[in-house]
Amino acid sequence: MSCTVRIPSPLRSYTAGAATVPAEGGTVAEVLASLEQRFAGIRFRMVDEQSRIRRHIRMYVNSDEVTTLAQPVASRDVVHVICALSGG
Amino acid sequence: MTTALWIGTRKGAFTLRPDARRRGWRLSGPQFLGHIIHHVVQDPREPKVLLLAAKTGHLGPTVYRSSDRGRTWREAAQPPAFRKAADGESARAVERVFWLTPGHSSERGTWYAGTAPAGLFRSEDGGERWQPVAGFNDHPMRPQWVPGDGTPDGELTHSINIDPRDPKRLYIAISPGGVFESSDGGADWAPLNEGCAADFLPDPNALYGHDPHCVAVHPHAPDRLYQQNHCGIYRLDRPARRWVRIGRAMPKKVGDIGFPIVLHPSDPQVAWVLPMDGQTVWPRTSIAGKPAVYRTNDGGKSWRRLDRGLPESRAWLTVLRQAMCRDARLSRIGIYFGTTGGEVWAGANDGESWRCIARHLPEIYSVTHAV
Repeated sequence: MSCTVRIPSPLRSYTAGAATVPAEGGTVAEVLASLEQRFAGIRFRMVDEQSRIRRHIRMYVNSDEVTTLAQPVASRDVVHVICALSGG
Repeated sequence: MTTALWIGTRKGAFTLRPDARRRGWRLSGPQFLGHIIHHVVQDPREPKVLLLAAKTGHLGPTVYRSSDRGRTWREAAQPPAFRKAADGESARAVERVFWLTPGHSSERGTWYAGTAPAGLFRSEDGGERWQPVAGFNDHPMRPQWVPGDGTPDGELTHSINIDPRDPKRLYIAISPGGVFESSDGGADWAPLNEGCAADFLPDPNALYGHDPHCVAVHPHAPDRLYQQNHCGIYRLDRPARRWVRIGRAMPKKVGDIGFPIVLHPSDPQVAWVLPMDGQTVWPRTSIAGKPAVYRTNDGGKSWRRLDRGLPESRAWLTVLRQAMCRDARLSRIGIYFGTTGGEVWAGANDGESWRCIARHLPEIYSVTHAV
């Protein structure tokens, strides 16, 4: 299953500046594993060692918020990664 | 010999390099602009190597390694991370890498990292891959030793010290939690807090739960430990287990509360502290707005105020535990500290006279010296 992942600017140091990258996988977990294979280190910045999405990261498959990494991803879906900052 | 101060800040890493007479300092950086840098530490076994602890407001924590004195950096392949929790077990995740310490001189490539929540991690390949030190992280007493995420900044592992005579003798400090020692390379641990006050605990004679702010083992007299604690300044001469409060000799109006403590490179009688206001709601700023460093030359029997060149009044500086260091000189040592207001101060001749060598930096978390 091939999808597109939109990479936020804080993570583009891993993707050589690319804002969108193709990835493979039928679930969010598989998509993240596919990203990690190409861009080593990127997964741990988004997902902790207990496989929880980090507190100030949000992910969406198309417009549906990701609540579990088992969430399905279909071919041609777009996975959005959002970083939330507040204050200075 | 080159020399540099590495400044870790809330918004990136900077370096300060002096001219030959150490009068002018050249600022370079930032590197990692926008990243939160808690510690930048040189490897004394391989001086070209530095490790840097980083995270951002949203991204997870990691470690970067340089093998060219900080010109270029590469991220660790496996940053410090707790083991996967078993079913029903509290699932811990590293929120930040707070402290870095190179391993024993005989263990090239070995490093230790302290984290929040309190965890201890070890790398045996120069910081590329990190493993949890299960002997501490999974110690059956850990839930009692470390009371949990009860402070605004969370529980922190810091002050990782290795006995220069024995790579298996380790000391760590948890804030709050206390000082802990291991004599078997981290397989087992025991509290080492007797004699330390813990005014905030119901039991003043508690064996753990203390709040060490900074602990240092003397590099040439490793039976001597110094500690700046939330409740005073202490000294411990092993094999004794009871800390002695040497901060009682500080002037009463100043008290003996602070974050950092810095030791002399050869003389175990000499140490520097930077007192802060620990009264009422704990402002943690210079006492009465008059910053000063204090030095003891006699193991804490007496303290001398060092404030020449520092602001005489109306200066409310806060200096965090990693934000004070000395350089590599053996005499007329340079002492340095950075403030949360973004200033770096240099104290020449063992801290006798002070000069501001950088200002307008972001909030400073660490100041370390590299050769």
